[in-house]
Amino acid sequence: MYVAVKGGEKAIANAHRWQADRRRGDRRRPELEVSQLTRQLPLAVDRVMAEASLYDPELAGLALKQASGDLIEAVFLLRAYRTTLPRLAVTVPLQTDAMQIERRISATYKDIPGGQILGPTYDYTHRLLDFLLLAEGETPGPERSDRPLDPCPQVLELLDAEGLVERERDDGSEPVDITQEPPGFPADRATRLQMLARGDEGYLLALGYSTQRGYGRNHPFAGEIRQGPVEIEIEVEGYDAPVCIGEIVISECQMVNQFSGSREEAPCFTRGYGLAFGRNERKTMAMALVDRALRAGELGEPIEGPAQQMEFVLAHADSVEASGFVSHLKLPHYVDFQAELELLRRLRREHAERQAATTSTDSGEARA
Amino acid sequence: MTQIQRQRVLALTPREHLETLWDALGIRVDYRPTRGPETGMAMVRGRIGGTGRTFNLGEMTLTRASIVLIDGTPGDGWVRGRDKSHAELIALVDACARHEHWQRRIDAELIAPLADELAERREAASRTAASTRVDFFTMVRGE
Repeated sequence: MYVAVKGGEKAIANAHRWQADRRRGDRRRPELEVSQLTRQLPLAVDRVMAEASLYDPELAGLALKQASGDLIEAVFLLRAYRTTLPRLAVTVPLQTDAMQIERRISATYKDIPGGQILGPTYDYTHRLLDFLLLAEGETPGPERSDRPLDPCPQVLELLDAEGLVERERDDGSEPVDITQEPPGFPADRATRLQMLARGDEGYLLALGYSTQRGYGRNHPFAGEIRQGPVEIEIEVEGYDAPVCIGEIVISECQMVNQFSGSREEAPCFTRGYGLAFGRNERKTMAMALVDRALRAGELGEPIEGPAQQMEFVLAHADSVEASGFVSHLKLPHYVDFQAELELLRRLRREHAERQAATTSTDSGEARA
Repeated sequence: MTQIQRQRVLALTPREHLETLWDALGIRVDYRPTRGPETGMAMVRGRIGGTGRTFNLGEMTLTRASIVLIDGTPGDGWVRGRDKSHAELIALVDACARHEHWQRRIDAELIAPLADELAERREAASRTAASTRVDFFTMVRGE
């Protein structure tokens, strides 16, 4: 247990000053601007926004700079800032089918209306270091087609006229908001998705991977992955229709998984869903795998793998909570440890006394 | 053009560009803020599977402003992010557009060109995406 301590102000101030100096680095080199981070490290910025659960690229870039590039620290900073802002509105649910497509692929259907759009991606690169980036060279602008994209409808809604894939329908229910009420277990799917959306990518990736390796296998296919800006609307009193406040970039992953059925319902493919702020494709794929794994109970599957254990998965997904609890071990635990020392010394004393008593009895028996 | 259509175009236009075009329009009118501008958050909602039950994805920053013109005409503005002058300028345009003599000019000389530019930006982005459209061929195994 941690017991509060006092003092050390000067040393702490000096330590922070040194950290700021380290962050600034060699003064002969220009200082990094936040706008450079948001423009040239956009995927780091997107990850910080997604896991902080606050979409604001400039603030995420600032957090990244302030944290010297430590992503988890940056997430913590942005999450903490979040608590200083009032909630002004709840948006109309995102219409991901109205996204301005930058990337859209399906691994289940080859020929899809609108086509397979690779967008900006590291897929199909050879993962060879590009030494040209060490030199200052010009980067050519993107290629442009003569014609814009054809409409890209949602693959799973469109191509499944036979009803082979489970459909998601809105029952009009109001979702729980974990920022207003702490989640309890078992948590419903909407609550789980809110928790997964802010979950640490590395953690979700490992859990998703574990399902592929057999710990709660769910036979996934990437039904559709899409990325791009979507317009955001809010309801405003006195207006007869929702009001657009701008656009944000999001990533979505629709997994199609192994089928289930029952006496009443014909077998059909089930689904897992991933959605995240920014260009966070890997995160949404992992999220969709874990979302599907957490539906095991509802779909009557045996719960055998760690990724299927709801409380375990959800209670440890948030890097702010996890790093907070792990990091508190660094704080002075002198009193607590002193008590442990006392206890251990007493146990060892008692142990020694017992040993001594046994030895003298043994030697006594030997003499007899 | 409705108030909601105007608000959309104004929110989707970068602030500096909007300021330039607004200044060029030459509508000068005194106003005072009645609320904000204030920055807060909107909770962004998604739908399970894109079409199903709603869930809370996470929050985004949002700034709103309300003003009144000197003659008492109110105006409101909302914009993603933390740019207070952007929200206030949207509110000012909203208020001015409630006057019939300004409305026609605002729609014709501000909103319509901005809507065209927005459409052009989106078309350019769409053509860029279209250049990465790929056709995969399925190979027969052993080929």
